[in-house]
Amino acid sequence: MASTLSAPAFDKPISIAILAMGGQGGGVLADWIVAMAEQQGWIAQSTSVPGVAQRTGATIYYVEMLAPKDGKLPVLSLMPTPGDVDIVLAAEFMEAGRSMLRGIVTPDKTTLIASTHRSYAVGEKEMPGDGTADPQLVVEAFGVAAKRTIVFDMQTLAEKNGSVISSAMFGALAGSGTLPFGREAFEGAIKAGGKGIEASLRAFGAALDRATEGKPDKVAKKPEKDLPEPPRSVGQPQLDALLGRIHSEFPAALGPMLFAGIKKLVDFQDVRYANEYLDRARDLLALDRKANGEAHGLAFSQEVAKYLANAMAYDDVVRVADLKTRASRFERVRKEVGAGKDQLVYTTEYMHPRMEEVCGTMPAALGQFIEDRKGLYAFMDRFVNKGRRVRTGTVFWFAGLYMVSALKPMRRTMLRHKREMAHVAAWLDTATRLLPVNYDLATSVIGTRRLIKGYSDTHSRGEAKFDRVLSAVPMLEAREDGGAWLKRLVQAALHDEKGKALDGALATIRSFAN
Amino acid sequence: MAERSFAREVEDLKLSEGELFRGEGILAITKALLQSGVAYVGGYQGSPISHLMDVLSDAKPVLDDLGVHFESSASEAAAAAMLSASVMYPLRGAVTWKSTAGTNVASDALTNLASSGVVGGALIILGEDYGEGSSIPQERSHAFAMKSQMWLLDPRPNLESIVKSVEDGFELSEASNTPVMLQVRIRACHVHGQFVAKDNQKPKHTIKEALENPVRELDRIVLPPQSITIHDRDKIEKRWPAALQFIKDRKLNEHFGPEEGPVGIILQGGMYNSVIRGLQLLGLADSYGNSAIPLYVLNVTYPLVDDEVVAFCAGKQAVLMVEEGHPEYLEQAVATALRRRDIQTVLAGKGTLPIRGDYTAAVLMKGVEKFLGEHAPQYLGNRPPLPSADAVLADPKVKALADVVPARPAGFCTGCPERPIFAAMKLVEQELGEHHVSADIGCHLFSILPPFNIGGSTMGYGLGPASASAFNVDAEKRSIAVMGDGGFWHNGLSTSVGNAVYNKHNGVIMVVDNYYSSATGGQDILSSRALNPLRSTNNSITKAVKGIGAKWVRQIDRTYDVGKMRDTLKEALTSDEEGPKIIVASSECMLNKQRREKPLFSKGVKDGKRMVRERFGVDEDTCTGDHACIRLSGCPSLSLKHTNDPLRDDPIVAIDNSCVGCGNCGEVSEAAVLCPSFYRADIIYNPSKTDLFMARVRNAVIGFFQRRRQARRIAFA
Repeated sequence: MASTLSAPAFDKPISIAILAMGGQGGGVLADWIVAMAEQQGWIAQSTSVPGVAQRTGATIYYVEMLAPKDGKLPVLSLMPTPGDVDIVLAAEFMEAGRSMLRGIVTPDKTTLIASTHRSYAVGEKEMPGDGTADPQLVVEAFGVAAKRTIVFDMQTLAEKNGSVISSAMFGALAGSGTLPFGREAFEGAIKAGGKGIEASLRAFGAALDRATEGKPDKVAKKPEKDLPEPPRSVGQPQLDALLGRIHSEFPAALGPMLFAGIKKLVDFQDVRYANEYLDRARDLLALDRKANGEAHGLAFSQEVAKYLANAMAYDDVVRVADLKTRASRFERVRKEVGAGKDQLVYTTEYMHPRMEEVCGTMPAALGQFIEDRKGLYAFMDRFVNKGRRVRTGTVFWFAGLYMVSALKPMRRTMLRHKREMAHVAAWLDTATRLLPVNYDLATSVIGTRRLIKGYSDTHSRGEAKFDRVLSAVPMLEAREDGGAWLKRLVQAALHDEKGKALDGALATIRSFAN
Repeated sequence: MAERSFAREVEDLKLSEGELFRGEGILAITKALLQSGVAYVGGYQGSPISHLMDVLSDAKPVLDDLGVHFESSASEAAAAAMLSASVMYPLRGAVTWKSTAGTNVASDALTNLASSGVVGGALIILGEDYGEGSSIPQERSHAFAMKSQMWLLDPRPNLESIVKSVEDGFELSEASNTPVMLQVRIRACHVHGQFVAKDNQKPKHTIKEALENPVRELDRIVLPPQSITIHDRDKIEKRWPAALQFIKDRKLNEHFGPEEGPVGIILQGGMYNSVIRGLQLLGLADSYGNSAIPLYVLNVTYPLVDDEVVAFCAGKQAVLMVEEGHPEYLEQAVATALRRRDIQTVLAGKGTLPIRGDYTAAVLMKGVEKFLGEHAPQYLGNRPPLPSADAVLADPKVKALADVVPARPAGFCTGCPERPIFAAMKLVEQELGEHHVSADIGCHLFSILPPFNIGGSTMGYGLGPASASAFNVDAEKRSIAVMGDGGFWHNGLSTSVGNAVYNKHNGVIMVVDNYYSSATGGQDILSSRALNPLRSTNNSITKAVKGIGAKWVRQIDRTYDVGKMRDTLKEALTSDEEGPKIIVASSECMLNKQRREKPLFSKGVKDGKRMVRERFGVDEDTCTGDHACIRLSGCPSLSLKHTNDPLRDDPIVAIDNSCVGCGNCGEVSEAAVLCPSFYRADIIYNPSKTDLFMARVRNAVIGFFQRRRQARRIAFA
């Protein structure tokens, strides 16, 4: 009896969990690890639960290995036990987060190897605003959960070497030194694998070096905004005059955003248009100062500098035609699709003009005349309103778009322009009326412009949300935190397409009023 | 045929005596069948046993050599019925499917098979899809064994045990004239391990011999009164005792650990590795499974051998029954066995262990610890520290991850032809309001998840339209039912379409035809388009539904035409014609199409042929970051990109290199009037002389105008 009670010797196998998404080659990686261990005379076992996770879902592969003793086969586990995993490989950054949530990363034993790249989940992508998760939280949890981390962008490294992420992760695993096998053993497994050996070895080697170096890649939700100080001169008199105005008429803090604004508006229309923008910004700055804006760091004018530029550079047919026909765009497409020098590239644009856009491009009076006649409008719409495949690289279609973009000088007379300017005026009126009463709220009203985006139906939906958010202004006017609430409404409006979150937020605000 | 080759796996089937087999569990079973002299094999694909079917499909030469007949059955019911060949003839037969989904479908045939009994070994291999990653409801195959009095094997999850179980299963079946089920859990199906192979055996009796020498034994046919008198008596008085005897004689159940002890553990074979890991972590077992606690491992979980149970329990203070899933059939059986013989050993089971859920190693470790704490604390004396992630999981920084780590629901693959169908359905919903949508089983089920959020029910394979059959009354709206081509041929044609035609159901039936049974791995079915020399394919779904009386039938041959899909669906929802409105939406499964076309494309490029690759892109200047296109698509290649433009707040859409150029995003943005940002790029490899000439002309003209405008444009660099 006593002998059975003494603890039997348990040589712990090395345990490895791989968290990947369908199609990332997690299975290939597990196979390599097993093959390598077996070639080295170890006993290795792997399992997975693919099921429906094959398609974009998250899945986990699990490997255990042990050096055999006296020819006996060990009993290995088919699943990871929280707190008992030596190595975790995450093939995407949020999956590293998931591995910690599953409890398989613990500070006493786990080396966490994770790629910093993001592959957004559908829930992150479908939001009308920015629904992407903050990777910084994963970085912060590393310190709590992992014994050691090796993090860099293995996806990009693999692509650069013409391979896929599994080979880079295998390299990182080799570089981590957590397995008792040399580089040749790892490479042997790749060579025995069969397909794409050379590229796999290249990516493997690069990742191994990278992991040995040990410098982690920085992670950030998004890149820093590019906001340079406006230069004094760019060597073109008309543009220099614009720059001069920024330097002389505005405080330095507004310079970078105003510079971004005039860049966009000169490109959208012309120098005169950018001057109009600066005129408005200057007038609003005066009102800002009158409302004791300095005490608020001129937040109102900052917002104006950004959103007025966006409002004035609305998206219309002329703009689209202009952007699509530029030489720089032709080049960019070639680069994006990775076309080689000896390959030809033709683009086909998917466009769906409606009578609304046609009228919008007409002189205001004529456009209005047609719009007012429902029968005529509907009749014409039947010919206009259909999807069109525009082959921009052919002379015929290029000429068509080129001619539309050539209407640019007439833009100021167009119906669309008239409407956009009326909309801008009403928006600014609301904001300037509030400015002396509730500075924060006025500033938030300017920021509400973020909701207007897109074309056609998307644009109308955005405008409807914009109107609904602004409908709360009378209820918020008297509240000190009115500005913060309006900002919350904008966030809510960006949360889902149908505006359910916005309905909820508006109901909350109405409850204040009662 | 699905364009995936299993040639390497087929090589594994040829291994001979003494050679080491290394590979996946399900493939080991396939090899074991051939080693056992099986005469025929059938089955219906599905996770986790698809691999068995796929490999045998590609193994024709091996099977021909041995004289083994293999077929892909139309359904699990067809597969179970196939075992009828072993009722009168001494033929070994095996069938396989996903359980319990397939066992439900097969039940009718299994009932009759079990009643008749068999003379040839009949083995049913069940891929037990239970627990994490399962795609079906959580039920147990155990119940089927009990109700039909078939035997159930649940081997320890290592290749050697599983292979032995296949061989034992045939013998047990023959010794007791009863069909035997062999259950293998998901992880065991996919476990990579090794076993020493044996030579394949030709069947002792062949199908041909049987066919040419028919046997007819009235006693074996399910007919009153035989089924009540003879079969019922046989089951209890002959087959049951014979099975018990065989199990005892051959020691199919195993004992580990010391012979005596104050406590012991009874466990299902499939739980063995996890129980051992629990014991290892508690310091009560070594790496090779030598346990300090007596273990009684049930490689046969039905029938329970009462004598063995009693012998194991007698003299112990307490035993723990480790039984995954519910209800606790085994625990009840053990309790009955002990009670009948008045054995007073305490029986712990559910309660000490969780009633439901996966029995992971961690769960078992805690359960065994609790059991020992209550009944034999002396074992817990010198415990090593137990692994735990509790401290990590309680840390606010880790807890915070729960809010940001996104769910990753399964979705359609890049370029999936089903995506545009549901994009069109969403567009129709925007116009006509939401409808009751009954879904079926198959890839199209992913439409229930974001971003589509379409579909309100699934009732079973081929039952989508049938599950809408109550909604057959006059109303302002009609029901919509969706069914894949797999479900259609599985039993949807009669149960769903026939039912709707006969009952003059006015609802809409959408048959999603992607040329394969795609969700299970891309197997061929009746309507598959490629020529398959071994099977009859190219049988039209449209003709089939017309053949059983459907009048309003529309065939759409390119699902990517979102506008047409939308208009057809609208017509179906508004048409005055009586009876079901059936839309057959056909385009090839992109996963299979790519497998076929990618190598051809690369070869064409290499050979210097003119080849055109299409892929899509988004103009970042015109994209405003509303993401409406994503909400109507959810394509994995359609992603987001944050820009450094200070004037933009929201990330814009970007298409990554995995794009296969299916065209869905362009079609959707056109049909839904979204935005002009999408473009298709045609990349011409090895352009012809005409191409080059045209390109020169175009570049000259277009370049002239571009340069002219650029020169006049005033802009910041």
